[in-house]
Amino acid sequence: MNGVADRFRRLTGHRLFWPALVLVAMIAANAIHRPGFLSIEVKNGHLYGTPIDILRLSAPLILVALGMTLVIATGGIDLSVGSLCAISGAIACLYISEAPDQNSLASVFTALALAVGAALVLGAWNGVLVAVIGIQPIIATLILMVAGRGLAQLVTEGQIITVNSGPYRAIGLGHVLTLPLAIVIALAAALLVAAFTRRTALGLIVESVGGNAEASRLAGIRSSRTVFLVYVVSAACAALAGFMMTANVSSADGNAAGLWVELDAILAVVIGGTSLAGGRFSLGGTILGALLIQTLTTTVYAMNISPQTSLLFKAVVVIAVCLIQSPAFRATLTRRRRGGAPRPELRQREKEQVPA
Amino acid sequence: MRTTGTARAIIATVATVLLAGSLAACGNSDTGGGSGAGDKIVLGFSQVGAESGWRTANTTSIKEAAAQAGIELKFDDAQQKQENQIKAIRNFIQQKVDVIAFSPVVESGWDTVLKEAKDAGIPVILTDRAVDSADKTLYKTFLGSDFIKEGRLSGEWLIEHTKSATGPVNIVELQGTTGSAPANDRKKGFADAIAANPNLKIVASQSGDFTRAGGKQVMEQFLKANPDIDVLFAHNDDMGLGALEAITAAGKTPGKDIVIITIDAVKDGMQALADGKFNFIAECSPLLGPQLMDLVKKVHAGEAVPPRIETEETTFTQEQAKEALPNRKY
Repeated sequence: MNGVADRFRRLTGHRLFWPALVLVAMIAANAIHRPGFLSIEVKNGHLYGTPIDILRLSAPLILVALGMTLVIATGGIDLSVGSLCAISGAIACLYISEAPDQNSLASVFTALALAVGAALVLGAWNGVLVAVIGIQPIIATLILMVAGRGLAQLVTEGQIITVNSGPYRAIGLGHVLTLPLAIVIALAAALLVAAFTRRTALGLIVESVGGNAEASRLAGIRSSRTVFLVYVVSAACAALAGFMMTANVSSADGNAAGLWVELDAILAVVIGGTSLAGGRFSLGGTILGALLIQTLTTTVYAMNISPQTSLLFKAVVVIAVCLIQSPAFRATLTRRRRGGAPRPELRQREKEQVPA
Repeated sequence: MRTTGTARAIIATVATVLLAGSLAACGNSDTGGGSGAGDKIVLGFSQVGAESGWRTANTTSIKEAAAQAGIELKFDDAQQKQENQIKAIRNFIQQKVDVIAFSPVVESGWDTVLKEAKDAGIPVILTDRAVDSADKTLYKTFLGSDFIKEGRLSGEWLIEHTKSATGPVNIVELQGTTGSAPANDRKKGFADAIAANPNLKIVASQSGDFTRAGGKQVMEQFLKANPDIDVLFAHNDDMGLGALEAITAAGKTPGKDIVIITIDAVKDGMQALADGKFNFIAECSPLLGPQLMDLVKKVHAGEAVPPRIETEETTFTQEQAKEALPNRKY
C-alpha cells in the first residue's frame, strides 16, 4: 500500500508528468469529440491522419525550441529565431526560384547552404552581442527580431516567393518510411543535440555557465565561448525550421513565416521544465512542450472553436499547465484539502522545481 | 570577459544610433527631394507598411500614378505603427503640403491629428481603410474597396453556380485575421448573400490569418472533421493557395471535388484560377493610384467629392482569368 503510494508520488513528482497528462487529456477530449481524431490511414503510400499532422506541424517548433532550450539553459533568451526562420526560408526560396532547374538537387542544396550560412552569421552576431560585448540577451536578440523581419522583406522584396521544387517541398512534406520527413529531421536534430550535451561535458558546461557564468569562468570554463556557441546553434536550428515552414507551403512569406514562433518556443521550453533562470535544461521536456502547443492549436481547428474565443481557450489551457506543474501551487491545493501545514521536504522541493 | 560600464554604454549607444539611423533611412528614403517644385501639387502620403504583396502593389500604383499625374509625392512608410503615421501627418502639416492621403493602420485614435490638418487648411483623403471618427468633416473622402460587396459577389456567384443542386451544399470558410475589417465584412457579405438559398450551409469557419500556412493548417483539419465539403470560401487568395495543398493531400481535386472561391486576385491566385484549381475570385484591387490622383486634383481645386468612393474592381471566372492573366501587374 505504502509502496504504491510512494511510487505514485514519485510519478506525479516527475516534472514532465503534468504536461504529459494535459497532452493525453487533450487528445482524449479530441477523440471523444470526434472518434476519427486518432485514426490513421495509409494514403498515397504514407500515413495520413490528424496525429500525423500534429507531428509534422510541430517539427519546426521542436527545432526552434531545441536551440532555445540551450540558450535559456545559459540564462539567456533568443527572440530573433522567428525572424531567422523568415530570413533563411526567404533566401532558400529566392535562390531556388531563380535557379534554371528548380528540381535539381544541386540548386536546392546550394540554396540550403547559402541560407544556413546566412543564419550562422546572424547567430554569430547575436553571440557576439551577448557573449563578447555583454548586452542583455533580451535586448541583443530583440535587434534581430525587429530588423530581421525587415531583412526578410528585403530578400523577398515584400512579395511572396513561390517555388516549384520537388526536393525543397520534400523538406516540409516528404516522407521516409511512411513518416513525415520533417518530424524525422526534427527528432534526428534532437538526438544530435542530446548526444552532444549529454554524452559529452558540453551539457554540463552549458548548465554550469547558466548557473553562474563568473564562477564557471573561475573554474576554468570558457563561459563566453559557450554562450556564443548556443546562439549560433539556435540560429542553425531556426534556419532548418524556416526551411520546413516555407517548404510546407512551397512559398516564402517574409512577413508571416515564423511569426511569433519565438514565443511558442519559449513556452515549449518552460512547459518542458527548463528554468528561465538558466542552469538546468530538459530536451525531452522541450519536445513534449512543443507537441503540447501544436496539439492545442490543432484542437482549436479540429473542434472548430470560434476564432474569437480560440486565443482565450489557448490561454486557459496554458495557464492550467503552468499552474498544475508548479509544486508550490499543488502544495497549496493539497494543504487546503488536508488542512495541515506542508511537510518540510515539500518546501525543500518547491524551491528547486518552481520554473522561474 | 568583463567590459567596463562605460565601454558597454558607449557600445550600446553606438548600436542604438546605428539601428535608429538604418530604420530612419528605411522610413524616409522616399521623402527626400525637397520642396522646390514650383506650382506642382504636393501630396503627402502615409502608407501602412509593406506587409504583403498586395500592399507593395498598392505603393507602386500610387508612386507611378503620382509621377504620371505630375503630382509631387512625399511618401512615408509607417511600418504598421500608428504613432509613425501620426508623426508623418504632423510632418506633412509642417511642410505645408497641399493634400494629405493615408491608409490608416487602425480605425480609431485619429481625431486630434486630423483636426490639426483641418485647422491648417489641408484636405485629407483616406485610402483603403476607414477611420471611425464621429466628425465626418475631418476628411474629404474615403477611397477604398467595399469588403462587404466582395463577400456578397462571392456568395452570389455561388448561388448561381449551385442553383441546380438539390441536396445540401456544405461550405467551409477560411476567415482573415480575427477582428480585421476585411475579415468581418467579407464574412458578413458572403453570409448575407448565401442566406437566399437554405441549401447552402457553412459547416465550419476558422481564422487562417490571411496566410498560406494558416490556410493550409486549418483546411487539413476541416477535411478530416467534415468528410463532405463541397465549397471552400477563403477571405484571400493566399489562404486558398495554402488550402490547395491540403485538399490534394486528402486525395481530392481542388476546383472539381471542392469548389474554391477566394478574394483579392493576386498573381498566384489568378494563376490557380486559370489552371482550374480555383473557381471564382472577387477582385480587391490595390491599383487605386490613378483614382487617388484624380481626387487629389479635385480636392486641391476645391471641387466637391462624394464622401465614399469605391475602388474600380471586378470579378474573375476561370475563363476571364486566362484572358486577364498576361496583363496583370501584381
